[in-house]
Parts: sequence; structure tokens; C-alpha cells
Amino acid sequence: MTHVATHDTAQHPIRLYFVVWGWLFVLSTCSYLVDYFHLQGHLRYSLILLFMMLKAGLIVAVFMHMAWERLTLVYAILLPVGAVLVFVAIMVLESDYTLLTRTVNPGLL
Amino acid sequence: MVQISLRNEADEVRQSSGLASIAADLSSDQRAFKNVSWGKAMMWIFLLSDTFVFSCFLISYMTARMSTTVPWPNPSEVFALEIGGTSFPLLLIAIMTFVLISSSGTMAMAVNYGYRRDRVTTAMLMLATAVLGAAFVGMQAFEWTKLIHEGVRPWENPWGAAQFGSSFFMITGFHGTHVTFGVIFLIAIARKVLRGDFDTGRRGFFTSRKGSYESVEIMGLYWHFVDLVWVFIFAFFYLW
Repeated sequence: MTHVATHDTAQHPIRLYFVVWGWLFVLSTCSYLVDYFHLQGHLRYSLILLFMMLKAGLIVAVFMHMAWERLTLVYAILLPVGAVLVFVAIMVLESDYTLLTRTVNPGLL
Repeated sequence: MVQISLRNEADEVRQSSGLASIAADLSSDQRAFKNVSWGKAMMWIFLLSDTFVFSCFLISYMTARMSTTVPWPNPSEVFALEIGGTSFPLLLIAIMTFVLISSSGTMAMAVNYGYRRDRVTTAMLMLATAVLGAAFVGMQAFEWTKLIHEGVRPWENPWGAAQFGSSFFMITGFHGTHVTFGVIFLIAIARKVLRGDFDTGRRGFFTSRKGSYESVEIMGLYWHFVDLVWVFIFAFFYLW
């Protein structure tokens, strides 16, 4: 059992971790440059989200070894996280409505 | 004998194809995560619950920011650092990000050396991770001090929407607490590695069952999660 459990995780060459480490540095620098060059509008937000997702993907897949985990465990982790996006959508609608009521009644903050 | 051969065959089926492997896992009557240790499964379940807590914080920050009629402070300027008279936007946050990423790199390598049973290298890499983590918390303490001096409070700030203060202290404070606990956790496990607890299967605090080098990987899961959360905080709070 122990042999099976450690087999997948023990074999990676150290080089893989340096490559991922390097990419995380590059992607973070790109994120920082988005702000440094004062990019605005849709370009800014899509770049921020893109670099964020790439970084998160690298960390989860390689550093947290998810790429080598059993599919059942992977889905048990990723599917509930997907529900957060539904919550985000609900709260976007809610805050739009709140902003509207505050704009209509300027006495409110 | 028969059982063993059946098991190997079943394992092969699960490894080979996607849906079939999930069906085999979920229909197994012993446990859903075949060959996933209880320690790793429990850490993932904890991290999943922690994901929801951090999500709630970030979503409530989003809601506050989207619904306020008062201008939101520009984080790029708020977190600028002045060096020799020149103002660098977000410089401290960028350094903190690189420090945390590097700590994730050393942690990933510690896990690798752990499975090679290289005690000293594993422990040293974990201690390096702890030092980088402590440096991160130190810079965060500096950032908090600076902002408090500038008049930021959970209920007000000099630049606009009051919700900025509460969001800032809540989100970065909760994350900093995680880093701090992680540093303590790292030092505790590094000490066990160095002492050879995982070679002798010694029982003790945090490993009241016999420990193995998988404890290092489980510790690593927590640490990478802390780095992962920072990726989202960096994007949504500091860059957005």
C-alpha cells in the first residue's frame, strides 16, 4: 500500500519544480506589469484573470500534486469549488441592485 | 492471493481510463478514495472548507466594492513604496508575492526530498520555507503599520470608501494568520524529519499515529494552499 501511495509522487525530477517556480515568477511579473503600465478596461481585467488562473493552475496541478491524484479525489475537490462561481454571480446581481437603490436614494451610502 | 491479484487488476482499470476509474472508486464498498491516505484526504477536506471561508471574504469584499457609491481607493497608489524619492506602485506587494512563491518552490522540493528519505535536505528546505514565510508575515506587519499610521481603520480611510479598511484588515489578516500557523507547523514537522521520526515510525504530537514522509506532503498541501489564496488576493484586492 505504501509503495502504491508513494510511487506516483516520488519519481518527479527536481527540474520540474524549478520550471514551475520559474513560470510562477514570470506570471507574477506579468501581473505586476499590468499595473505598472497602467493598463485599463477589459484588457487589464482579462490579463489579471488570465495570469491568476495560470498561476493557480500550476500551483494546484504540480506543487499540490493534483495532476497525479485519483480522478475521484480531483472531482470531489474541484466540483464544490465550481459552486463558488454561482455564488459570485448571485452576489454580482445583488450588489448591482444595491448600487441602484443607493443611487436612486442618494442619502444612503 | 486471489484478493491481491483482483486488487491489482482493479487498480489497473482505475488508472487506465477516466470515467471507469471514478465509477470503480465510488462503487467500492470500503472507501471512495482508493489508495488515498486518510491524512491526505482530511487535509484536502479541510482545505476545501477553508476555500469556502476565503471565498466568502473575497465575495463580500466584491459585494461591498461593487455596491458603494463612494469612490474606492486606488490600491496601486495606496500600496506604493517610496524609495529615494521615487514612488514605486505596489512594490512591497510584488516582493511579498515573489517571497511567497519562492517558499512554495522550496516546499515542493522538500516534499520531493522527503520521498527520497533525504532527512537533512528535506528539513533544511522546510526551514527555508519557514524563513520565507516569516519574512512574508514581517512585511505584512510593516504594511499594516504603514497603513494604520496613514489613518486606515476597519471603519474609515483617508481616500474614500470606508469598506476598503474592513476588507483590507479582514482578508490580509486572515491570510497572514494562515501563514503564521503554517510557519509553526513547518518548524514542527521539520524537527520531526530531522530527528528521524518518519524513519522510525515514532508516534507523537501531530503524528499520534505512526508518521511517514507523507506528512511532509500533507504539510506541503497546506503551505501551497496559503500561496494559492495569495494568488487570488493579489489579483482581486491589489491589482483589480
